[in-house]
Amino acid sequence: MEEFTIQPPRTNYLNAEYGIKSWLLTKDHKRIGILYMGAISFFFLIGSLYAMAIRLELLTPQGDLTQSSTYNKMFTQHGIIMVFFFLIPSIPATLGNFLVPMMIGAKDLAFPRINLLSWYIYMLGGIITIYALLAGGVDTGWTFYTPYSTTFSNSYVLATGLGIFINGFSSILTGLNFIVTIHTMRAPGMTWYRLPLFIWSHYATSLIMILGTPVIAITVLLLAFERLAKIGIFDPALGGDPVLFQHLFWFYSHPAVYIMVLPGMGVVSELIANFSRKNIFGYKFVAFSSLAIAVFGFLVWGHHLFVASQSVYAGMIFSFLSFAVAIPSAIKVFNWTATLYKASISYDTPMLYALGFIGLFTIGGMTGLFLAALATDVHLSDTYFVIAHFHYIMVGGTLLAYLGGLHYWWPKVSGRMYPEGWGRFSALVVFIGFNLTFSPQFVLGYMGMPRRYHTYPVEEVSWQVLHVLSTAGASILGIGLLIPLIYLAWSLRYGRLAEANPWQLPGLEWQTASPPPTENFIETPIVREEAYEFAPPETKEVVGKFEREKPFPFYG
Amino acid sequence: MSEHIVYPRVYIGIFLVLLVGTVITVLAAFQDFPGPLNAIVALTIATVKATFVVLYFMHVRYSGRLIWLVIAAALFWMGIMFALTLSDYSSRDWLPITTS
Amino acid sequence: MAEGLATTEHEPHAHPALQHHFENMEQQREAGTLGMWVFLVTEIMFFGGMFLAYTLYRYKYPDAFAVASNHLDWKLGGVNTLVLIVSSFTMAMAVFSTQIGKRRNTIIFLVLTLVLGLAFLGIKAVEWNTKYHDHLIPGQLIPGNPFNPAVAQHGDTDPHKFHLPEGVSVRHVEMFYWIYFIMTGMHALHMIIGAGILIVILIMAWRGKFSPEYHAPVEIFGLYWHFVDIIWIFLFPLLYLLGRHLEGH
Repeated sequence: MEEFTIQPPRTNYLNAEYGIKSWLLTKDHKRIGILYMGAISFFFLIGSLYAMAIRLELLTPQGDLTQSSTYNKMFTQHGIIMVFFFLIPSIPATLGNFLVPMMIGAKDLAFPRINLLSWYIYMLGGIITIYALLAGGVDTGWTFYTPYSTTFSNSYVLATGLGIFINGFSSILTGLNFIVTIHTMRAPGMTWYRLPLFIWSHYATSLIMILGTPVIAITVLLLAFERLAKIGIFDPALGGDPVLFQHLFWFYSHPAVYIMVLPGMGVVSELIANFSRKNIFGYKFVAFSSLAIAVFGFLVWGHHLFVASQSVYAGMIFSFLSFAVAIPSAIKVFNWTATLYKASISYDTPMLYALGFIGLFTIGGMTGLFLAALATDVHLSDTYFVIAHFHYIMVGGTLLAYLGGLHYWWPKVSGRMYPEGWGRFSALVVFIGFNLTFSPQFVLGYMGMPRRYHTYPVEEVSWQVLHVLSTAGASILGIGLLIPLIYLAWSLRYGRLAEANPWQLPGLEWQTASPPPTENFIETPIVREEAYEFAPPETKEVVGKFEREKPFPFYG
Repeated sequence: MSEHIVYPRVYIGIFLVLLVGTVITVLAAFQDFPGPLNAIVALTIATVKATFVVLYFMHVRYSGRLIWLVIAAALFWMGIMFALTLSDYSSRDWLPITTS
Repeated sequence: MAEGLATTEHEPHAHPALQHHFENMEQQREAGTLGMWVFLVTEIMFFGGMFLAYTLYRYKYPDAFAVASNHLDWKLGGVNTLVLIVSSFTMAMAVFSTQIGKRRNTIIFLVLTLVLGLAFLGIKAVEWNTKYHDHLIPGQLIPGNPFNPAVAQHGDTDPHKFHLPEGVSVRHVEMFYWIYFIMTGMHALHMIIGAGILIVILIMAWRGKFSPEYHAPVEIFGLYWHFVDIIWIFLFPLLYLLGRHLEGH
């Protein structure tokens, strides 16, 4: 039958060139996105193995799996791999790389070679870090607090620091590329207020990458000098100030949380609007709240230093500002829920992840306020409450958004559909597993279980019950994450062929073939509509300066 | 091309400003001004010199609003870093520590 | 690239330096310039971290910083400031020369910029060498030559030695020197990278790649070079001149 069907010649970015070299030397943003996807999946796997080991150890009160020194290395390495090599690049470097040029109607990012370079830098940083782990690991905690990391730790701090230092440049280059691309390469008619919200959130993310990452680079560099040369930069014994390290570290690392979650918010804005078939409620508010988060995110780092001899007066300012940063986040949540109101919602897999995100992010954000309050933080600081809080943001937020986005754009990326039934099922498993893992930790933390300990008192029976629940949840979560891995790989070969626009959506990325050709569009698109425009034009009328939908009885 | 060509006479003018600025900053450094005035004078001269380099050598005077915005953002964020970190150090001794 | 689609090709008279994903030279130049400025923002934040450390420790140990700073050679630092200012001027002239299409002048000014940049690094090396011989390299950065300055005892008037005021520890003098070495070291590293790129630009200019229509690389590199100059404009008074007014006391 094949020879009788007339098919147009179909070259796309995947089959335009063949061979390993065509991938390793590619300057196509879509292929680089896929290179990143492979790399971050690998690092996520390693980070997850550490998480499994940690949860296994905490199943019982005694330290019967590892010694404290090994345990220190396990949670440190879990944190370093997950934060620097998975969460920070996760959405921007994969989905962002793939979609930013397509969504604004450009042929590529502004600097394709720098984009490829950023992947190599990421891999180099990753390899050095993996070397450090294999050589003996690092035990300082992912925060590298001085003077422990500079003076006392006998682990591979320098090699790990070098890996993170190098990795930072890949983040900087990605952010630089996005900012320049969004400013200079938008298609004709693609005004700022017609940009999809995914682009706004990536723009805000890039701002943080540009403004924050250099500071962690210099901080790690100073740390390395101090360790290498015994200079008293942060060592109080030599006249230095260890709190300065914490200021510099958190100047980047607090905003880094927004590097992780802002792209997730962008994905969720796309999903909510598109699967509700409605323009997002308060587009400009959602767009500018991304920028507001990028700015306010830099004003709150001191809430990590409430119990670190920071001045209480500075603490009051930081506490107030930390409460303020909740406002733009809340604006987003309110606008998403308002969009859902009276919408015709389709509960496909991506939408399930988006709804999960809203719930978990809200819990994560609200519990953050407990930690931003000066007095309650004294009680909760360095307990499992903190662990639960930031996992609700980073895993419940970023990871769910990443999975949702991956499913949503999977037809565009791979040209195949994923199996919908399995997708919905695994989304449910992930949601249940996640909550079972981390909600007991809020209680544990409140009861006083400190972080970074591998044993706890046998007499506290309730502590063990909660830990067992948490470990059980982690196992379910693990299974929930394995299922998509299997069916997505399966779909690459056996999945139903995807149409250009399987979800019937107006976004630019859906107006080209699946998978797209190398330069994204056959002809540079001209944009004539607002983002998320679902209502057909004949249903609209102009009233004064504004366009609105015609009241129901008058159209049709 | 919409770019602006800056002519050598402007460059020479800026160059002379920078030379004079360097001489003044050295001369001023050897005068003993009261209080922290020495540091303030030195930083003011350096800022003036840097501003001339940015405006003319780096063509920002003739650039669009976007470039101005980029520079403003950099200075604003560096300001945040300095202001909030130093807010901690400068207010530490406000609260008297009582030891029993 | 296997595009094979007529509409993605540029018009036949497009400039050979136009990359495939840009619509026209104007867009390409705009993207390059903005890219460099955004990169300079990251540089400002990078040096900003060091300036913050400087500010904090100078605020904590003002006397030690003044004594330590007065042991730097302000004349060499001043000469280096002049060298960099002249090199910034020649760089600006190189940009002007490409804009009006004078290839010969471009090459002359680029060579001058390079020579001045190397002169700066040479003077810096002389300075650092003196510090090495005076055991002023902080910590144990150089094995076998740890930080060990000559401190004047009571009544000793040797001006070459450190005369520490009451309550000032030699550790705090060391604090100044690590800041001095890291800041000037990072600055010198930027100069070295700049000199490397400058050589590439020079070769491109030699081969006649630039014209009034296409000279973005010279212009964009110029931004970097001037930025490095600006950092030095701040480093010179902050490191070399901070305690001069106290010298007579």
